[in-house]
Amino acid sequence: MGDFTFQELTSIFAMQGFVGISLFSVLLLMALGLAIIFGQMGVINMAHGEFMALGAYTTYMLSMFTRTHYPELMPYYFFFAIIASFLVAGLVGYLTEFALIRHLYKRPLDTLLATWGLSLIMQQSFRTFFGSREVSPTLPDWLMGSWMPTDTIFIPINGMFILGLTTVVTFAVYYLMYRSSWGLNVRATTQNRVMSGAVGINTKQVDRLTFALGCGIAGIAGAAFTTIASTGPTSGSLYIVDTFMVVVFGGAASLFGTIASAFTIAQAQSILEFFISSSMAKVLTLLTLIIILMIRPEGLFASKVRK
Amino acid sequence: MMNFFIERFLGGKQGAVAIALLALLILVIFPLALDLFRLNLVGKYLTFAFAAVGLVLLWGYGGILSLGQGVFFGLGGYAMAMFLKLEASDPQSTAIQTTPGIPDFMDWNRLYELPWFWVPFESFAFTLLAILVLPALFAYIIGVAMFKRRVGGVYFAIITQVIAVILTVLIVGQQGFTGGINGITDLRTLNGWDIRTDSAKYILYFINALLLLAVIMISRFVLTSKLGRLLLAMKDKEDRVRFSGYDVSNFKIFIFCLSAVISAIGGAMFTLQVGFMSPSLLGVVPSIEMVIFAAVGGRMSLIGVVYGTLLINFGKTGFSETFPELWLFFMGGLFIAVVMFFPNGLAGIYNKYVSKLAFLQRYLPAIKLPKSKADTQSNASSSASTSDNAAEGAKS
Repeated sequence: MGDFTFQELTSIFAMQGFVGISLFSVLLLMALGLAIIFGQMGVINMAHGEFMALGAYTTYMLSMFTRTHYPELMPYYFFFAIIASFLVAGLVGYLTEFALIRHLYKRPLDTLLATWGLSLIMQQSFRTFFGSREVSPTLPDWLMGSWMPTDTIFIPINGMFILGLTTVVTFAVYYLMYRSSWGLNVRATTQNRVMSGAVGINTKQVDRLTFALGCGIAGIAGAAFTTIASTGPTSGSLYIVDTFMVVVFGGAASLFGTIASAFTIAQAQSILEFFISSSMAKVLTLLTLIIILMIRPEGLFASKVRK
Repeated sequence: MMNFFIERFLGGKQGAVAIALLALLILVIFPLALDLFRLNLVGKYLTFAFAAVGLVLLWGYGGILSLGQGVFFGLGGYAMAMFLKLEASDPQSTAIQTTPGIPDFMDWNRLYELPWFWVPFESFAFTLLAILVLPALFAYIIGVAMFKRRVGGVYFAIITQVIAVILTVLIVGQQGFTGGINGITDLRTLNGWDIRTDSAKYILYFINALLLLAVIMISRFVLTSKLGRLLLAMKDKEDRVRFSGYDVSNFKIFIFCLSAVISAIGGAMFTLQVGFMSPSLLGVVPSIEMVIFAAVGGRMSLIGVVYGTLLINFGKTGFSETFPELWLFFMGGLFIAVVMFFPNGLAGIYNKYVSKLAFLQRYLPAIKLPKSKADTQSNASSSASTSDNAAEGAKS
């Protein structure tokens, strides 16, 4: 590191930090969905990455549609794309719960296998419909470019946009899970399914909507993903292991833990990436995580529940 | 003595028949019916069956799902490949390199001497030992770290998957030391014996098949022992076993190490028969595929998983030759179907329908196994005196 001046180092940290923030945003969006599904329902959704890809493809389709039919709406379509991605991924999630997951609640390890099968099918569907080449939607002009607070720091606008989006979604999830009556139902069902049913909560519907919500948030992650990378049939699967790591590291049922662990993992990886090769950065990050998890198996911020 | 052997290593009369049938298939029928190319393919599939057998012990009986069995398969495979590569890179045949006598990929990556961890692999005895000891040691470290802290179930699955990711990224990234994404290729001789000739391929196939049968018998021995019964008990009610005074984690560590060694033997045989080893065989996808083989064959059946492995791999080869795009649909659908409708896989179907047709269960002494709530298939546990059919994969 001796070759850099102090100011250059600051800039590197700021910019790599911001690359990390883009990664953090996508990881957090993915992890929020997964934390709801895994943390609240105990279901391991290996197809979560594919739900993200589904959102990304929805955004892509909508951008193609807008460009050919309503070119004058191009600056605004992205907001609709976010909503559409949420709805499409949520709907598919709803159907998945209905057809697949609800039969497997008593066998958590088997949901892992069944959703892995689902992810294979979804990947192949993407390949059949969209081809195996990676695609990118045409982004509105205002998402391009970068902001320069000083001469040496470039901060891309799309990164700031998805950071904002992530913040909004995180607050929405917080409100929904911890401040709304529906969230109360969800948490009650998690803690004691039989008792919740006895007091009149429709636990089956709660399950279905929770799963759909988790998948929908993965869809939003997909929409955000299109602004920083192009989408291919296997894009989702690249993130699934990292996302699981975020959720497990953060403590499965803790929203704050998920945010903190997504931030730590994304930052560690992208700052390390500048100094050592990206593969070694990944190895080091994951290895550290595993070692920390061996010391604290319940994750960073586990809710204190007696078992 | 003979009785002891039949009961403990073969799993009673019915188990003995099943093993004999399998032996007939892979030792006689396949070598007679298939040409060398296909036989070599079958040999390759059978190496994956080792991993699947390991998963029966670990997952079917122990209830511990590891998504990192490919790691151990890879460790065994790489250990063997390193030895073969060093033998193939003698100073004469690598004379054109800047540094003769080191593997070609090291030369391409500007390494000028053999890295220290490659040096012991010049010895065949060390390599054989490493194939057995390295995976066991690695599994022991992971096992102690996880099971002593009572990390289990889903968390263990995810962490083993992450370990598979780490190892893959490490091998791909450290090209100079490991051969990178291409793996270790161009392997020629084993102690001077050319493994690429037709006769060598036949011999290796038979060694592989016999090893597989031996591994199945050893696994059966473990499962019919007290340990096997404890494993099942732990799977169903871990706390009760712990309260009865057993150290649950030690059993888990043992079975994890054993399954790791079994996978590693498969990996080493893979390298010998196929002639290369690469990261594509030890990552997330191959590890999950090994779980698929076990699930389709029947996670509680040591013999069933061999058929499951063969079936899936034949299907994969056949489908990807004719309809490559349909294969993933088929595989995904099959997987969902097996998990949802046939949690005990092929072996479960066999026990439920085929053996019922034979009216066997009336005449054979049945073991009554304690049933858990989800265990509705009452017929399955009655037909065989092996414990293959125990506790319908139900984890409540």
